[in-house]
Amino acid sequence: MALYSEKVMDHFRNPRNVGVIEDADGVGEVGNAKCGDIMKMYLKIEDEIIQDVKFETFGCGSAIASSSMATEMIKGKPLEEVEKLTNQAVAEALDGLPAHKLHCSVLAEEAIKAALEDYRSRQS
Amino acid sequence: MKIYADNAATTKMSKTALDAMLPFLTEIYGNPSSLYEIGQRAKEALEEARATVASAINAEPNEIYFTSGGSEADNQAIRSAAVIGARKGKKHIVSTAIEHHAVLHTLKKLEKEGFEITLLDPHENGIVRPEELAAAIRDDTCLVTVMYANNEIGTIQPIGEIGAICKERGVYFHTDAVQAVGHLPIDVKKEKIYMLSASAHKFHGPKGVGFLYARKGILLSNLIEGGAQERGKRAGTENVAGVAAMAAALKEAVDNMSANAARLTALRGRLIDGLSQIPHSALNGDAEKRLPGNVSFCFEGIEGESLLLLLDDKGISASSGSACTSGSLDPSHVLLAIGRVHDVAHGSLRLTLGEDATAEQVDDIIEAVKEVVSYLRGMSPVWRDLMNGKGRFIL
Repeated sequence: MALYSEKVMDHFRNPRNVGVIEDADGVGEVGNAKCGDIMKMYLKIEDEIIQDVKFETFGCGSAIASSSMATEMIKGKPLEEVEKLTNQAVAEALDGLPAHKLHCSVLAEEAIKAALEDYRSRQS
Repeated sequence: MKIYADNAATTKMSKTALDAMLPFLTEIYGNPSSLYEIGQRAKEALEEARATVASAINAEPNEIYFTSGGSEADNQAIRSAAVIGARKGKKHIVSTAIEHHAVLHTLKKLEKEGFEITLLDPHENGIVRPEELAAAIRDDTCLVTVMYANNEIGTIQPIGEIGAICKERGVYFHTDAVQAVGHLPIDVKKEKIYMLSASAHKFHGPKGVGFLYARKGILLSNLIEGGAQERGKRAGTENVAGVAAMAAALKEAVDNMSANAARLTALRGRLIDGLSQIPHSALNGDAEKRLPGNVSFCFEGIEGESLLLLLDDKGISASSGSACTSGSLDPSHVLLAIGRVHDVAHGSLRLTLGEDATAEQVDDIIEAVKEVVSYLRGMSPVWRDLMNGKGRFIL
């Protein structure tokens, strides 16, 4: 059996929404280089809807795939729905992750939450 | 394109080794302890292999004990020296911070049993200093165990000098030579090695077989109790086919050693030169005193596992010391020990060339690594920060 599912390898090989949004409305960065994983999410938000999302990731195959999948899951979605995104949902959408790689999906959830928090704090 | 560049992990079995092993699986399958013909022929083959293995390192046949591999040999050597030491009240062992886990974990266990362990610093070039080793030896030191060559960064230790120091101080000296046997000239008499561990699959023999050399007079402790095989020091019906293949592979490796080393050293230089062109990268370990086929690099701003997966997509098999590939939260203990910080150690790549490597393959590897590193840096927030001056380059 391969280390990763086909879905993970697809998102790793062809990551969706890689890049930067220069005039992002919210930016979130989680993880640290010491542990070997850093994720950064950029959100463009209009009318409480994610109009655009981009990510940058320093990390292993599952970290890149989790970021990619998470961006696909929130793009075009209303914020109240995005706020409910869990790491389990990301991992399930990838047809599962090896147990020692589940923290990658946690990072994806946290990166999005951090970006939303940044957006809210800019609003207030 | 298919390029296998992970020969430090394991090697392809040679045709010579395969041909040597087959008769003992199909025709001469007797148990060497049996007295009828196919048993005795197996026994003869076993002893012939023992002589071949012994001559490859200038040992005597009755100083060779066949084992299941390098890890078992390491365990038995260290455990045996510890038992002998403990009887004399000597419970101190000197080793290095860059040993294989088969050595380090055995030492950790002994530490729990009341032994004191001193691990020598390999410094930035990955080589221990004989004067520091001499200073670490105490009156209660029962063993010095220093690997011949490192499995990750390929650095070769000053084994002859260490052997001389240990002989002068009257301390047993064991070397884990798993990466060196069949690749570097070894003379246990000249280098004053008391015990040595080796593994067949690192020199084109089969997996699951290796040997321990223990100089005459050293009382080995058994790890496995049972029958009287291997002069009573390692029970279990002998792996005759594996041993015969190991001996054939080792003989072939030794016969071709100087030619292989010269060719591989040239290819290694070509690979190092090519990868050095990648900005913010660095070679790990000494540039000269390293195994002929070993190239180990760190690339700043990327993580090793994604590098390996993308190289695999291009047909290149390699390895890394990143946390994600080590199966723990920390990157390789070897890279950390030579002073690579976590951030950089995660972005490591080990390429170990085999005897059949070509200049064309080396050029393909260089091209592929350049492409993949630059692609991964393109999506790395760490790299972006470094390029924007928000962080400081380490390499």
